[in-house]
Amino acid sequence: MEGRRPCPGQAGGRQVSAELGHFALALALCVASVQATLPLIGAYRNNPSWMAAGQPAAIMQFLLVALAFGCLTHLYVTSDFSVLNVASNSHTDKPLLYKISGVWGNHEGSMLLWVLILAVFGSAVALFGRNLPPSLKARVLGVQALIAIGFYLFILFTSNPFERLFPVPVNGRDLNPLLQDPGLAFHPPMLYLGYVGFSMAFSFAIAALIEGRVDAAWARWVRPWTLAAWSFLTAGIGLGSWWAYYELGWGGWWYWDPVENASFIPWLAGTALLHSATVVEKRDTLKGWTILLAIITFSMSLLGTFLVRSGVLTSVHAFATDPTRGVFILVLLIIVIGGSLALYAWRGPQLISTGLFQPISREGALLFNNLVMATAAAVVLLGTLYPLLLDAMGGGKISVGPPFFNAVFIPIMLPMIAIMALGPLLNWKRSDWRAAVQRLWPAFLAALIAAVAAWSWVADGPFLGIVGLALAAWLGVGTLVELAERVRLGREPLAQSLSRLRRQPRASWGMTLGHIGLAVAIVGMTGAGTWVKESIQVMAPGDTVTVAGYEFRFDGAKPVNGPNYAATRGHFTVTKNGKVVVLLDPEKRVYNVSGQPTTEAGIHATLLGDLYAVIGDADATTGKPGAFVTRIYFNPLVAWMWVGILIMVAGSAVSLTDRRHRIGAPAKRPAAEAVQGAD
Amino acid sequence: MAMKRKHKRLTFVGIGLCLLGIASALVLTAFEDSIVFFHSPTDVAEGKVQPDRRVRLGGLVADGSVKKQAGAITAFVITDGANTVPVTYKGILPDLFREGQGVVTEGRLVAGTFRADEVLAKHDENYMPPEVAEALKKTGQWKGGGPAPAKPGAAK
Repeated sequence: MEGRRPCPGQAGGRQVSAELGHFALALALCVASVQATLPLIGAYRNNPSWMAAGQPAAIMQFLLVALAFGCLTHLYVTSDFSVLNVASNSHTDKPLLYKISGVWGNHEGSMLLWVLILAVFGSAVALFGRNLPPSLKARVLGVQALIAIGFYLFILFTSNPFERLFPVPVNGRDLNPLLQDPGLAFHPPMLYLGYVGFSMAFSFAIAALIEGRVDAAWARWVRPWTLAAWSFLTAGIGLGSWWAYYELGWGGWWYWDPVENASFIPWLAGTALLHSATVVEKRDTLKGWTILLAIITFSMSLLGTFLVRSGVLTSVHAFATDPTRGVFILVLLIIVIGGSLALYAWRGPQLISTGLFQPISREGALLFNNLVMATAAAVVLLGTLYPLLLDAMGGGKISVGPPFFNAVFIPIMLPMIAIMALGPLLNWKRSDWRAAVQRLWPAFLAALIAAVAAWSWVADGPFLGIVGLALAAWLGVGTLVELAERVRLGREPLAQSLSRLRRQPRASWGMTLGHIGLAVAIVGMTGAGTWVKESIQVMAPGDTVTVAGYEFRFDGAKPVNGPNYAATRGHFTVTKNGKVVVLLDPEKRVYNVSGQPTTEAGIHATLLGDLYAVIGDADATTGKPGAFVTRIYFNPLVAWMWVGILIMVAGSAVSLTDRRHRIGAPAKRPAAEAVQGAD
Repeated sequence: MAMKRKHKRLTFVGIGLCLLGIASALVLTAFEDSIVFFHSPTDVAEGKVQPDRRVRLGGLVADGSVKKQAGAITAFVITDGANTVPVTYKGILPDLFREGQGVVTEGRLVAGTFRADEVLAKHDENYMPPEVAEALKKTGQWKGGGPAPAKPGAAK
């Protein structure tokens, strides 16, 4: 932080980061224009040197965008308030972490982060895609550049983060305090790595449509990108809901808010894509559908970005008051989605699938997964957009909240989770479902035990809770049964099974971990969704309240000061059977600059459930001094959800390290595994 | 019997249609029960709000109307300038709840009092919920320009 306050007009002492960044961005647009034309034309005319132009262009583009992003970060870190974006979203007192995260905590900066990640992926193809056929690589890079052009134009014409401000304010307006949180500092980059990662699948799909060819090799090239995008998106969604859980103070973690749905729809579509790409790779079928899914997944990512960033969710009428951004976004969406679907309608029928297809087979189960995921995505999309459309057409104001989504989404997903344990046990091509079901007897047993245990634990709870735990046990044990089958546990000597276990391809470990992770997460969702205990009351120091067998004693509240906020910190002593379990210190903070209060819940996480305390306003109605409104929750099993999400992300990371993905070439595998193979 | 392309497509379309049918049925029933309409105090005064249906009620928190009652209950009055509705809420009010500010509540109308079980005010302090802005415009109470847009990224 330099002491000088740069002032426009005084060229001498003025930092030029803003101008440099703006210039780099404009140059990146020029480079992207070259990258979008030369390689595509070169691939059409079969001109190797034109095709090869994509590679240096992609790297150049990355360097320029990185420079622009570096400039904006520098402006934030040095608190240069002569830049409007910095003045609106930063403050000198803000901790360094939030100065940096403030770069993407606003519309303009987040768009810059978006193109930066796009450029990272583009240059990754340029650098690591050595064994891609030159024409496919050229077309992929060309399509990437086309997407980038749209975003550069959007940033430069409607959302310039480098705009100067005059007169220069003495200090900034600070970042929204809700965003000043470590969980949320990394939530947007994770989410964007997911959204933008799906642009790779999209570019490969468009390139394949232009080439008119989709084969197993294509699927192998697409899979690692899709997998990487999927794991980032999963981590991003997990981080976001974790933040909502401890920062918003209402004890929940998912509200079916449009902002949440905007990231969940691409996740559902991306999950379907991940599975259908496997079918293309292994069975040379479902090609057209996979291409369509790649287009849909990226379209939903674009829609998600814009739903959150355009302000259309806060008000349809914000579009009318500032139409430039809104119209630009709509046009961009129409070009990308409409253009790619038109290309699909034109070229899609040329994709011939050679594989034969039996409904009772691995691919049949994967197809079922795909249809369910696509239906679920469509339903969530409908529930998210319907209020907006109705409002835009003057049909009145409504809200579609959790009751709608729970009533529709859960029944759609239940059969899929039931099939999910069975699918991996079926063989490719054709299979006998009776044999597979017979092998699942331990899963049946586990589901039964889980149901009985859940019922005896909370007999008065909703029936769905019992179903949820039973399904989680069914899926978790079913996945383990499949792993045991794969290593022939019990059919061969143990040593041989163990050596088979060691030789399992990492991609199949990814599948096993991914499915187990979901089973674990379902335990958490079920517990926290159906059996949560809540208690709201006024508590004076010394008062106690008992929630789910835990006794919470309020020990009063004291004022404390943070770096850029003042807080009231409450103290709770939680005991069970007379023994102290934990001390909880929830806070209510008021940020100095914006005057905005935030809630910091006091949470003690255990595998059985979270103890969760929130402190509200001081209360004078009881006449006791030092009394506060308090809110206490017991959230059963909620920690399982975060653990499950971590297992899923770890599974996709393990799968990514698979040699076949890294090299991008078919691996030599023993014949036995080629049949059972990776998911 | 291996399936040819035509059969495959047929299975594909068949399962797809089944799922869509189930989904549509679910969507339609859920829409019936779980869509929540937004109303202003004037709508309540005109009797447009069914007593036992779950609705949203929005407007400004009337100045001087916020009263703490025993049992962590807060009573306040929502106004749109023309009409007012008394509201009760048990619990911790959101961080941005203040007199004179816009608010959206969700709950049921019971004997003339709106029993809210949710109070939504999760944007920054200058934010006016768009529904509230519109309700205020209808009664001529709105003094601002357009609806004050939330800071981008305010909600999340």
